[in-house]
Amino acid sequence: MIGGLFIYNHKGEVLISRVYRDDIGRNAVDAFRVNVIHARQQVRSPVTNIARTSFFHVKRSNIWLAAVTKQNVNAAMVFEFLYKMCDVMTAYFGKISEENIKNNFVLIYELLDEILDFGYPQNSETGALKTFITQQGIKGQVKTKEEQSQITSQVTGQIGWRREGIKYRRNELFLDVLESVNLLMSPQGQVLSAHVSGRVVMKSYLSGMPECKFGMNDKIVIDKQGKGGASDDPGKSDLGGGSGKQSIAIDDCTFHQCVRLSKFDSERSISFIPPDGEYELMRYRTTKDIILPFRVIPLVREVGRTKLEVKVVIKSNFKPSLLAQKIEVRIPTPLNTSGVQVICMKGKAKYKASENAIVWKIKRMAGMKESQISAEIELLPTNDKKKWARPPISMNFEVPFAPSGLKVRYLKVFESKLNYSDHDVIKWVRYIGRSGIYETRC
Amino acid sequence: MTDSKYFTTTKKGEIFELKAELNSDKKEKKKEAVKKVIASMTVGKDVSALFPDVVNCMQTDNLELKKLVYLYLMNYAKSQPDMAIMAVNTFVKDCEDPNPLIRALAVRTMGCIRVDKITEYLCEPLRKCLKDEDPYVRKTAAVCVAKLHDINAQLVEDQGFLDTLKDLISDSNPMVVANAVAALSEIAESHPNSNLLDLNPQTINKLLTALNECTEWGQIFILDCLANYTPRDDRESQSICERVTPRLSHANSAVVLSAVKVLMKFMEMLPKDLDYYGTLLKKLAPPLVTLLSAEPELQYVALRNINLIVQRRPEILKHEMKVFFVKYNDPIYVKLEKLDIMIRLASQANIAQVLAELKEYATEVDVDFVRKAVRAIGRCAIKVEQSAERCVSTLLDLIQTKVNYVVQEAIVVIKDIFRKYPNKYESVIGTLCENLDSLDEPEARAAMIWIVGEYAERIDNADELLESFLEGFHDESTQVQLQLLTAIVKLFLKKPTETQELVQQVLSLATQDSDNPDLRDRGYIYWRLLSTDPVAAKEVVLAEKPLISEETDLIEPTLLEELICHIGTLASVYHKPPSAFVEGSRGVQHKRLAGSAGSGESVESPDAGSAAGASEAPPAVIPSQGDLLGDLLNLDLTPPTTAGPPPPPSSGMQMGAMDLLGGGLDSLLGGDLGGSPAMGAGFAAPPAAMPASFSAPVSSGLDDLFDLGGGVGMPMGAYSPPKTVWLPAMKAKGLEISGTFARRAGVIQMEMTLTNKAMSVMTDFAIQFNRNSFGLAPAGPLQVLSPLSPNQSIEVTLPLNTVGPVMKMDPLNNLQVAVKNNIDVFYFSCQYPISMLFVEDGKMERQVFLATWKDIPNDNESQFQIKDCHLSSDASSSKLQGSNIFTIAKRTVEGQDMLYQSMKLTNGIWLLAELRVQTGNPNYTVCLKCRAPEVSQCVFQSYEAVLKN
Repeated sequence: MIGGLFIYNHKGEVLISRVYRDDIGRNAVDAFRVNVIHARQQVRSPVTNIARTSFFHVKRSNIWLAAVTKQNVNAAMVFEFLYKMCDVMTAYFGKISEENIKNNFVLIYELLDEILDFGYPQNSETGALKTFITQQGIKGQVKTKEEQSQITSQVTGQIGWRREGIKYRRNELFLDVLESVNLLMSPQGQVLSAHVSGRVVMKSYLSGMPECKFGMNDKIVIDKQGKGGASDDPGKSDLGGGSGKQSIAIDDCTFHQCVRLSKFDSERSISFIPPDGEYELMRYRTTKDIILPFRVIPLVREVGRTKLEVKVVIKSNFKPSLLAQKIEVRIPTPLNTSGVQVICMKGKAKYKASENAIVWKIKRMAGMKESQISAEIELLPTNDKKKWARPPISMNFEVPFAPSGLKVRYLKVFESKLNYSDHDVIKWVRYIGRSGIYETRC
Repeated sequence: MTDSKYFTTTKKGEIFELKAELNSDKKEKKKEAVKKVIASMTVGKDVSALFPDVVNCMQTDNLELKKLVYLYLMNYAKSQPDMAIMAVNTFVKDCEDPNPLIRALAVRTMGCIRVDKITEYLCEPLRKCLKDEDPYVRKTAAVCVAKLHDINAQLVEDQGFLDTLKDLISDSNPMVVANAVAALSEIAESHPNSNLLDLNPQTINKLLTALNECTEWGQIFILDCLANYTPRDDRESQSICERVTPRLSHANSAVVLSAVKVLMKFMEMLPKDLDYYGTLLKKLAPPLVTLLSAEPELQYVALRNINLIVQRRPEILKHEMKVFFVKYNDPIYVKLEKLDIMIRLASQANIAQVLAELKEYATEVDVDFVRKAVRAIGRCAIKVEQSAERCVSTLLDLIQTKVNYVVQEAIVVIKDIFRKYPNKYESVIGTLCENLDSLDEPEARAAMIWIVGEYAERIDNADELLESFLEGFHDESTQVQLQLLTAIVKLFLKKPTETQELVQQVLSLATQDSDNPDLRDRGYIYWRLLSTDPVAAKEVVLAEKPLISEETDLIEPTLLEELICHIGTLASVYHKPPSAFVEGSRGVQHKRLAGSAGSGESVESPDAGSAAGASEAPPAVIPSQGDLLGDLLNLDLTPPTTAGPPPPPSSGMQMGAMDLLGGGLDSLLGGDLGGSPAMGAGFAAPPAAMPASFSAPVSSGLDDLFDLGGGVGMPMGAYSPPKTVWLPAMKAKGLEISGTFARRAGVIQMEMTLTNKAMSVMTDFAIQFNRNSFGLAPAGPLQVLSPLSPNQSIEVTLPLNTVGPVMKMDPLNNLQVAVKNNIDVFYFSCQYPISMLFVEDGKMERQVFLATWKDIPNDNESQFQIKDCHLSSDASSSKLQGSNIFTIAKRTVEGQDMLYQSMKLTNGIWLLAELRVQTGNPNYTVCLKCRAPEVSQCVFQSYEAVLKN
């Protein structure tokens, strides 16, 4: 298991050092500094073995976090733990910086004592930790016996991520479907690869211990229901706005630990008791029937040896009533470009010599529209035999729908002990589709 | 909240000031002072001098202060054990506190204080806490048992904590279960043979239930523990798989990987025609792909594991090539790993896409990445025959870029392509020759020279090209020199008329002006070949070369199996077995996949394993790759000629000479022993071909014969166990090694039979030992004078000395050996009888014996029983004397013979023994005393072996 945990600043000075195992000595602290932080050549692996001691490290801004061990530990677990450690620290005191760490070192030691015992990660949900480890010191002495046992049962309990007795005057929840759509397209308009990686982020402000059930237009669920005869009204939840397709095939999804996985496996239903506040409910990936919000049609013509003519058309491919934002098209130019003249119908376009690209920006664009840019690129004559590799044209944008076609069908809240029902909860759903790596070869 | 001020030092008199503050009456001031102390401790300053003052602050109701003091205690208690006792009372009191958080804190901290005296006091509070009503305390206490075990394993066993821990597996709280499982797994690891984690279907069921309810970390502990279980039949493994699959959707990558490990392992037991087997295979792909969207460090861990999974079960990810395409922003370690997997997944179906990608990568910035991409193109050509042409043209395009390292890398891989597809792509040689001048790396130069030599007849100016290299011959690396020598000889054999001068020049350079023995030897061989029989030289030098194999860097199957059992762990990241990087016994047991051969068989196998006694533990093969045990081998690991033709098969005459020599050596050595024992020596080491069962009675019969003579002081060959197989052929690419150890005329020898069970000739044998307990090292090189042709065996005797580097091994008499031949380097380990190390002058004077016996503390005494031995005390005595165990005195008390014996190890350690033999009782008692008691166990084994053979 983890033998020790060190935090260093960018100079390699130790800010926090906590040793859990006898086989890790003080010299391990220096070994990491000398061999990784101060290494002459940048270390090219997040796992380093120095004199039979293994070091795992992650970096957050200028800060190095290193976990040390001499055993054959679960490497994936160590990294997951380091990320978790960062999350917990951020939740307690904000950005992970040298300043903040020094200011909170007593708190950090307290946390490290609690979430790592003999190198074994223990409950590390901030919701639970905050009930008994606070910046004002432990409130232990002022707590009643019931409160104490409530804390311990939460920390060790099945629902370690939520505490009892949360109360809100207004029960409210926000659901964000955030997707990033990735594309690689050939110059002829053939899709070489495309996938959407999405996240469902939830902010819940609900009283008590609510039982939630989340439903989306998952193909497997819809097909099952279809067989049962009770078909859903396709027009009912048309928040997507893309195409009218009713269900989507999800390649794979992962869930926050609050979701009952065995239930998902058997019934494909997503039920859970949510943590309080913001968290990521699920992540998913789809590759089939993706709505590509934009199509890029490039046309590059070489006129002699010293001139290139480039024409790029972009077409928006979604409902006319919706607006895409922050559109940016990046057209690479050869290294020996001497001058560029650009004409565009919409937005602003500029040649950026330092980036070797023409950057064309459009603030807003409605669906089913088309726009065009044409450029003349003057080239310096070179004797370089090497041909220009023609990097792909890339795009950035943001659209108000989910390119995967995912739609939230329902999110039901049940709380039997308190007197509020599903109807009383105010729910907000938002879809945001962003470009991931969205490239068209030219 | 500006705790950062504690980090600023006041330098002079700091400790003194702190002392005053710590003893202040004001609580706030005290707390401030302790914070300063902790800050200094963090930075690495020694604040142990403040120990009593800090401990004084411990009795407080301020929990924050208490925690800080505890933190200090954990750091410094070991350096001040007597002072630490002062803290015990507070701990014991805190363990009774009504607040469960404080009870848990006390028991948690106490376990971290590694002071013997404190651990004694820990037992009672721990016992209570293990049965505490509050689950938070119980889960903390469970881990504390593991801590205590690390300090004092015996204590934990004696106090019965292990049973309590086992009971906690049935606890109602999932987190308690998870921590108990983690603690038990860790303890079980240091007791490989104990049945601590008694996994049976009932416990498995409990674990699977807890799996659904506990924290993400707990799920990892449980899954890792489940992976060690061997299901009884395929139905059980299917039902476990079904209950583990939901974990594949967990957001925590470590949970997913541990679940993958369990599934990969249990899948082995499922019949392949089962529907469920196919379903499971399909279910594994998506979560593995999803791991690639995690943070880069986790992606790296995932990719290293996918690399193993793809080698074991390529079908899982064969359609997922695209997800391994490199992204521009990936960190370099992710890029390199992705590239590796791309090559493994490359097939005829996707080769066009892969090649297009690789070509893109070859224009990137990072030099290592570009090189690997170029090499990958070459590997694709060799792997997918249909793509070879396209690969070659891609490589030619890359050569046109004139980027130095790209060109060099391309030439190295083109050489391999020539080896795979001879006489197909020679048209490109012209282009290659154009780039001759830009090559500055030895590997690329050697490759180019090989190409020129190999195709000398098609290159008009081959002689000029090679001559140009010859000018700086002595500045070249060995690799290039050897290659140049061979290439020029090839050229000479092809165009003898024009190149006579050149060949003479290179031969004289290699043989007269070089210090490198390899180069000189090769030079002489060529020289003699050319001068005696040019026709034979042609046959040898221009012999048909075997084609190179497709996949060059596959992990050896046994190692792969072991690594699959370690998915998710460091072993899977390093691609090395845990024994290669973990010290001590922890986690060093080799894990194996269970076969799907049949349910009945897999149940029996562990029994068979445990039946084999410790003394005759089967030699463990250390499966490893060249870079694994770096310090084990200082040998030049690269075979001298990677590209050149393999040395010619030997003539029959040479082999005869070898046999003669081997036999002669044996008889010569035997002769030294004087008269009849020569025969004994000959028999004691039966040729490996003779079945072991036959050899044993013969040698013992001979021993009996000598017993009759009972000649005191007549040196006999020491007992030597029959040969056992140390390195099975299947683990060493066809090389089988069986062997034994013997001590003959005061010389320790390793007697081996090397058998070539492969299809090709083996040459270039060399041997090296890892550091070992007694500094055993080869006294000379391994004498295998002639190449070993297929199905041939030879006997080799390797004299050993004990002046090598020393490192304590576990078990003590373990010896790790590396054997190299022209194919690869192989590792195995074997155990030598410690009696080999008993020297001839091990007879102690009586007086000295008595004094020493009294002098050695009784703690160092150990007793063993030897059962079923039917020798008289005199017979035993003389038999033992043969192995340099000398009887100094004999006493008879009430029908019991007591033999007092002494022996001395090569490193000067004396051992004193008392052997009790009761007439009519077949059970002897050996009582050993030694200043280094750890050798006792080995010595006892030797006693038993000598007496019983």
